[in-house]
Amino acid sequence: MNHLADIVVVAAAEAFRGDGEIFASGMGTIPMLGARLARSTFEPALMVSDGEAFFVGNELPIGGTDKLVEGWIPFRTVFDTLWGGRRHVMMGASQIDARGNTNIANIGPWSKPKAQLLGVRGGPGNTINHATSFWIPKHAPTVFTARVDMVSGIGYDRAEALGPWVQAHHDLRRVVTNLAVLDFECPERCMRLRSVHPDVSVDDVVAATGFDLIIPDDVPTSRVPSDAELEVLARLDPKGLRLREVPDPG
Amino acid sequence: MSRDKRISHDGAIATLESGMTIGIGGWGSRRKPMSLVRALLRSDLTDLTIVSYGGPDVGLLAAAGKIRKLVYGFVSLDSIPLEPHFRAARQQGTITECVEYDEGMLQWALYAGSLRLPFLPTRAGLGSGVMDVNASLRTVRSPYDDAEELLAVPAIRLDAAFVHLNRSDQSGNAQYLGPDLYFDDLFLNATDPGRRFVSCERVVSTGQLLDEGTFHTLRINRSMVDGVIEAPNGAHFTNCQPDYERDESFQKEYATAAGDPERWSAFTDRFLSGDEAAYQLAVADWRAAP
Repeated sequence: MNHLADIVVVAAAEAFRGDGEIFASGMGTIPMLGARLARSTFEPALMVSDGEAFFVGNELPIGGTDKLVEGWIPFRTVFDTLWGGRRHVMMGASQIDARGNTNIANIGPWSKPKAQLLGVRGGPGNTINHATSFWIPKHAPTVFTARVDMVSGIGYDRAEALGPWVQAHHDLRRVVTNLAVLDFECPERCMRLRSVHPDVSVDDVVAATGFDLIIPDDVPTSRVPSDAELEVLARLDPKGLRLREVPDPG
Repeated sequence: MSRDKRISHDGAIATLESGMTIGIGGWGSRRKPMSLVRALLRSDLTDLTIVSYGGPDVGLLAAAGKIRKLVYGFVSLDSIPLEPHFRAARQQGTITECVEYDEGMLQWALYAGSLRLPFLPTRAGLGSGVMDVNASLRTVRSPYDDAEELLAVPAIRLDAAFVHLNRSDQSGNAQYLGPDLYFDDLFLNATDPGRRFVSCERVVSTGQLLDEGTFHTLRINRSMVDGVIEAPNGAHFTNCQPDYERDESFQKEYATAAGDPERWSAFTDRFLSGDEAAYQLAVADWRAAP
């Protein structure tokens, strides 16, 4: 029996496959574990930070303090790195549409929001400069919406309107949720169902999505963790924080 | 011979006028010049424009009705992602004018101001909601063969800047000992001489500046500073590493009180009704008997 939390962490890790020697930046427990799992297994050149100002060279558990510092990354260097394209971030999104426009800023009109959320933060700069993936803990029609209230991260339609440089560098890689993994790997550059997690049906995902997904004829099941990966996860998250964040369904 | 620029909190605040644009250094709930913010709260100043990578500085000033215009990269308490007063102010529409930037855009605006340029170009923000809601933002076309259209982030110039550092000498050669300078140098450099204020944990002699950190930590020099305020624990309740970490339990107290008008009134009576010394005493009393 695989825990859902382990499946989503593996899916988060898979988003970083092939990235090589760049800054793998995970916002929150699941993305952070994903980046660290990828580095401890199939993507060893990745660089990960302690979330403060240092790159750590050792396998650092969540909340761990025994850091092997291998570099210094104050915020000014974070901006330099991300504007230089040497970064892949996995972050949250309160709303996302079919073209990958995302919103972490506010619900309702920006001028007087019904709910002020995080604001756009670094979303505009991230999405126009380097690979961006998303972790969405609750796949629902209110999140996967036809239109987002404020574009904090630009989708493919907006990128296409901005000319060749942006088109060449804008790269929405994966959307990992509690039900499925999605991507934009189709000619339309619209959200596509990449895999469904074990015991989730395609219909479940369709019902939880507020727009039409591109659904291939054959939708695979998301990869489950190997024994070796579970051992790494036990070291990276000894307290099982991931299980608290993503409990098993039912 | 360098000048002794030491000044009191209230002396620094006395140089300001209502309607001014004030930049506040630090980042979120990290190394914020809170003692200067508290002094600002005690003043009669109003209609301020505040520029900040915001934390409780913005929250407190918003709650006190001091802000007419807010320019921000974000406003957050870090360990508590949403600043409650900022959230309320946005949802109730109590700040007349808000300018929300991508985090990197704000750096660029301050850097352009520091370099006395009218703008700096970037891609960060292009195509995003930032441009949808800031009608005054303009683009600029590269004059080279690529002819790419870029966002021209307008320079920000400040009337006054507040930053909090770990150490300073009396003439304003200041030192950060923590992991990140944030953008404190840019806030100072985007301000004309006259009202550039550095508060610090401890004023030391120039000869002592290298006792606790390497020369790399001397990123603020006296040509960037007009006033030095010694303010031990002055960043409280935000952090000031390595001198102290964020006071998480007090921040929680602040955030909880901020969510309820009655509790907020009790909070301001207990902590914000006197001067800086009274604040520090009230915090010590609270620690002994919350």
